[in-house]
Amino acid sequence: MYQTTYHRASSVDEAASLFAKSSEAKFLSGGQTLLPVMKQRLAGPSDVIDLAKIKDMIGVEASGDTLTIKAATPHYDVASSDAAKKAIPALAYLASLIGDPAVRYRGTIGGSIANNDPAADYPASLLALDATVKTNKRSIAAADFFKGLFTTALEDGEIITAVSFPVPAKAGYSKMPHPASRFALTGVFVAQTKSGEVRVAATGASQNGVMRVPAIEAALKANWSPAAIDSVSIPASGLLADIHGSAEYRANLVKVMAQRAVAAAG
Amino acid sequence: MGVEGIGARVVRKEDKRFITGKGRYVDDIKLTGMTHAYFIRSPHAHAKVKGIDSSAALKMPGVVAVLTGKQLVDDKVGNLICGWAITSKDGSPMKMGAWPAMAPETVRFVGQAVAVVIAESKNLARDAAEVVVVDYEELPAVADMHAAIKAGAPQLHPEAPGNQVYDWVIGDESATDAAFAKAANVVKLDVTNNRLAPNAMEPRAAIADYDAAEEHFTLYTTSQNPHVARLVLSAFYNIAPEHKLRVIAPDVGGGFGSKIFIYPEEMVALWASKKVGRPVKWTGDRTEAFLTDAHGRDHITHAEMAFDANNKIIGLKVKTYANFGAYMSLFSSSVPTYLYATLLSGQYNIPAIHAEVIGVYTNTTPVDAYRGAGRPEASYLIERLMETAARQLNVDPAQLRRTNFITQFPHQTPVIMAYDTGDFNASLDAAMKAIDYAGFPARKAKAKADGKLRGIGVSCYIEACGIAPSKAVGSLGAGVGLWESAEVRVNPVGTIEILTGSHSHGQGHETTFCQLVAERLGVPISQVSIVHGDTDKVQFGMGTYGSRSAAVGLTAILKAMEKMESKAKKIAAHALEASEGDIVIENGEFKVAGTDKAIAFPMVALAAYTAHNLPDGMEPGLKESAFYDPTNFTFPAGAYICELEVDPGTGKTSFVNFVAADDFGRLINPMIVEGQVHGGLVQGIGQALLEHAIYDANGQPVTASFMDYAMPRADDVPSFNLSHTTTLCPGNPLGIKGCGEAGAIGASAAVINAITDAIGKNNLEMPATPDRVWRTIHAA
Repeated sequence: MYQTTYHRASSVDEAASLFAKSSEAKFLSGGQTLLPVMKQRLAGPSDVIDLAKIKDMIGVEASGDTLTIKAATPHYDVASSDAAKKAIPALAYLASLIGDPAVRYRGTIGGSIANNDPAADYPASLLALDATVKTNKRSIAAADFFKGLFTTALEDGEIITAVSFPVPAKAGYSKMPHPASRFALTGVFVAQTKSGEVRVAATGASQNGVMRVPAIEAALKANWSPAAIDSVSIPASGLLADIHGSAEYRANLVKVMAQRAVAAAG
Repeated sequence: MGVEGIGARVVRKEDKRFITGKGRYVDDIKLTGMTHAYFIRSPHAHAKVKGIDSSAALKMPGVVAVLTGKQLVDDKVGNLICGWAITSKDGSPMKMGAWPAMAPETVRFVGQAVAVVIAESKNLARDAAEVVVVDYEELPAVADMHAAIKAGAPQLHPEAPGNQVYDWVIGDESATDAAFAKAANVVKLDVTNNRLAPNAMEPRAAIADYDAAEEHFTLYTTSQNPHVARLVLSAFYNIAPEHKLRVIAPDVGGGFGSKIFIYPEEMVALWASKKVGRPVKWTGDRTEAFLTDAHGRDHITHAEMAFDANNKIIGLKVKTYANFGAYMSLFSSSVPTYLYATLLSGQYNIPAIHAEVIGVYTNTTPVDAYRGAGRPEASYLIERLMETAARQLNVDPAQLRRTNFITQFPHQTPVIMAYDTGDFNASLDAAMKAIDYAGFPARKAKAKADGKLRGIGVSCYIEACGIAPSKAVGSLGAGVGLWESAEVRVNPVGTIEILTGSHSHGQGHETTFCQLVAERLGVPISQVSIVHGDTDKVQFGMGTYGSRSAAVGLTAILKAMEKMESKAKKIAAHALEASEGDIVIENGEFKVAGTDKAIAFPMVALAAYTAHNLPDGMEPGLKESAFYDPTNFTFPAGAYICELEVDPGTGKTSFVNFVAADDFGRLINPMIVEGQVHGGLVQGIGQALLEHAIYDANGQPVTASFMDYAMPRADDVPSFNLSHTTTLCPGNPLGIKGCGEAGAIGASAAVINAITDAIGKNNLEMPATPDRVWRTIHAA
């Protein structure tokens, strides 16, 4: 690791002002990506500003038809939150599948979506549930937030404070874990909004990161059942391929995971 | 068996320090004035080193020195050796390219060191390494074995034309051809045995400390065999004569074979310590482990098995290409030859076998022994062939094995090995009963109704362990003898120190070896300590690998114990005014048989050291040593059966049951044996389902971290159902066969046989990833 200066921010405003004063600062949340990258000397920020101890950024709250997860809430807290399990059980279930126990105790929703790894779990849920990303400057619709591999709509120094999810009528998540990293080899989140809209998002599959799957959405709109997806064909072009999964295999997984997510959603 | 004697499930003595974080590994050791080494490694698989400019680095803070491969060669540090000479079928010796510890001119795999920075801290060394400029001229590289042997392929070493190390044969070719000519059926199979990265929990590390006044070196290193390290460093690498080099292998966090070998980093640390006049520490990180720890396996094989009309095997032909990577590691040459092809008879009566093994250089990390070393490759091949044959001949796979089992012992195979004892039907019976083999068709049908593909796979393995009779291995080309030594030191108050040349790096020797003493003397194991891993304390030893520590190392302790007991009995007889022949040892006392006359063992020890009243002419003291050279290999064997389900939608495998019925001869501590089997099975399952060290066509490693290299985790493997059937090994007095490698040897074939049974297609390579299984299911 290169030398760096560590700051523990006690408020969002303090974090933002520390960032403004630093030459090449990075925000630290759970550190599940930043710290390994720093240890490998692939990143050398002048300053590291820790957001994970800011009290206002931790917690899960349900209010009316909205579930809000504050940005520095660890995955374990979401997975075990009564509010999350009651409002959107599929989301709590998703959190329970992220990485391994050590990752879930440290990693946070804000860190995950700010990094926007193409195989991260959370982005699929944000896109499928039409969530809103709250920052210290504005609110961003999930559809506008994810901009491709490791790229988001966040501006330099902008801090995610929370994510709010509209409570759906039905939702389900199914994931084939990457055998080494336990990211999603492919994961699919399906949701039916209270207004009857069907939204399906896949992570781990596309070369452009998390994506909607219109063909499956159309099939489910017509008939909300796993069988409705039988006849859908997912093209392999544009999908990721690596030693653990060919593009054809991932195309198959988009379909199979969607079917299982629908079955889980009921 | 006493409560702590042979056969007792004694809790491991060493776990107190391991579980409480008090283990003392090489990296825990800090010496006064210690410097830190960081190696500059090639990013290219094949390149000329045209120049190294370290001027900027030498000006960096805390930098003590930057040393290069050229300086190392100029100082006449010897090239790395391969300690087992193999002769090709044309009579020529194997063809080895030179391997300097840091490359002065040419790098041949990604990760090969070209220079080292010595600095006041590891971080400062790493900072400086970033400004060392190495001028490489890239050369064409070849990582794939098939590509490497083709005409026009990039050539690694001028000494080895065609990238061929050797073309070795074993067995009777004409007898085998004759058998195939009269065969009723021939079964053919092509298999790839995937390359594995060993991944011991503790990365390799070394601290070298040169004492200029004494011209003496001390090396702390992560070694499975510190005496062999000293021998090789002294005799071949010109570091120092043996009496001026002390090698200490303290607590070592796993080896699996990868810490047998003496690596460039230890050599460089020793040389650099003398150069800079201060201790030098190097601790590898996980990336360095992936790049530089000797890999395992990596075979491509075509095999054919001939059967007569009664389904009896009459012949076996095998042709294997073995990938050695860029250089010949210490015992690499023996792994695909004498540790592999000599086991190709499996548990079966095969009258004629012929095998050819072609060793190949590629621009990849060197390959050497990894848990099982050659025997997993042999077992996997034979057991895949048996399953393939059963399917082709339309007979039950268990029955086909029974038809061909060796049932008379001793049994001389056509490939050197003479099996001493075994009962292969007994272990197969036990495994089939444990898994309810007869009930499988009904379970398969039920699973099918639930949309799952269920399969069952058998693997009946045999291995040659207790490595090894020195004369026999010497005649086959080994450069060392493979006996073991031990010393029993009884202290004046009767506590006992056992010095052993075996090395424990997870095997539990500190417990099991004490159990032998407890068994013989009736003293508690708390009165006994095991000393190992230091060439200044233990006279000599060959170390721990090849499931040899109990069969060979513990037998050496037994021999030393017998000598000590013999002297102690004389002392006791003298004290009790009895005849030596009437003395028996019971519960920590030396008794006159049939009387109540007794003397406690500590009093015998005290008498030996006070020497006030010893028999006439007896030397004082109570300390004996022994060397034990086995007369044969031992032959652990067993039957593994795996039942699993494949999800046709994803290709994912889920275990239903995994039973292992092993014959290890006598068990010293069944709990530790079970732990060894668990670990071995997980490594075998890891190879079958998850693990694969992969290079791209240019020799760049694709799997150099745990983000890409899939190590098995607890939820990847089932709970195991273990049992033992026992035939005592006649080759050693304790009847021990060894248990350290069995799981890794037998498991992978059981898994692949079960998956191919489930999906109804025979051809499936390891690792059987979900993607690969799914594509196989859906292939036309």
